[in-house]
Amino acid sequence: MTGYSHMTDPPFPTSATAHAPNPKVPIPVKIVIAGGFAVGKTTFVGSISEIEPLTTEAVMTRASEGVDDMGLAAGSKSSTTVAMDFGRITLGNSDLILYLFGTPGQERFHFMWDELVRGAIGAVVLVDTGRLADCFPAVDYFEQRRVPFVVAVNCFHGAVLHPLEAVREALAISPDVPMFHTDARERSATRDALLTLVQHALVRTRARVGA
Amino acid sequence: MTNEAHRDGDGDATFRVRPYALTGGRTRANLDLPLETLVLCSARGQAVLNQVGLEQRRILLLATEAISLAEISAHLDVVVGATRVLVGDLVASGFLESRSGSYTEQPDIQLLERVLDGLKAL
Repeated sequence: MTGYSHMTDPPFPTSATAHAPNPKVPIPVKIVIAGGFAVGKTTFVGSISEIEPLTTEAVMTRASEGVDDMGLAAGSKSSTTVAMDFGRITLGNSDLILYLFGTPGQERFHFMWDELVRGAIGAVVLVDTGRLADCFPAVDYFEQRRVPFVVAVNCFHGAVLHPLEAVREALAISPDVPMFHTDARERSATRDALLTLVQHALVRTRARVGA
Repeated sequence: MTNEAHRDGDGDATFRVRPYALTGGRTRANLDLPLETLVLCSARGQAVLNQVGLEQRRILLLATEAISLAEISAHLDVVVGATRVLVGDLVASGFLESRSGSYTEQPDIQLLERVLDGLKAL
């Protein structure tokens, strides 16, 4: 666990409510973009998002704290703020909006991932081969939660430093998980990465439901 | 409070200091709204624009076109949890219409195929 047993910014409101779909409102879908610090998540999101990536924040504080002070002021030792950068892509006949949520890879932020992966198509794990270990928490998490994911090895300046099979072996990634090189700055490469994930999610869903 | 930051320079005071002051201290939302939930201002919402609080009004104005909970949080500069409470109340009051994906399951085959087609068409 994270050492934080209570979330004052609850990702899981308890009262589940069914909303009648309104055809005037597009359907939202989401993909999680995960990976270590500064691996290029926001660049990846920004390369294809129709809006400048935005930032939203969630706060959690220790159980012993009351809910009276959610202050984000520096030096507030009891609270942790998680910032997520995200973008959006309108698809189809504007009846579908895909959100891409970039999320910090550290284990202490898993409370945020629990919310993010609920209902998500899946995740793109961005990997910097110079810092392979940074993506271990993300890979472990998605494997355990059976979230469809693909591994995108970010090639800065087009340099392919490590063959994919070496990366797969180093990360102990199952052979059926798609892995490929990408360039987070390139819209077309980002689109292909998202396509690969959605195809992978489709294959897994079809296998699960026997379609 | 006189020293609130004016972060985005548009003259609106930001709400970073005590975001849950906006919700009367409530940290639990009435509705289970995922981050990507899309909302749209309803006719009833438009009718009450001048009768609701400042933050509620900002949200209703942002929702003139479909916009997500996450985007509203970012634009208001209010943490997700507090934004969820405010938006949840507006949905419950019928001032916002909302649409969420499935909160518990991954999208079904039909929806995945639509996303795939949409991405291919980009």
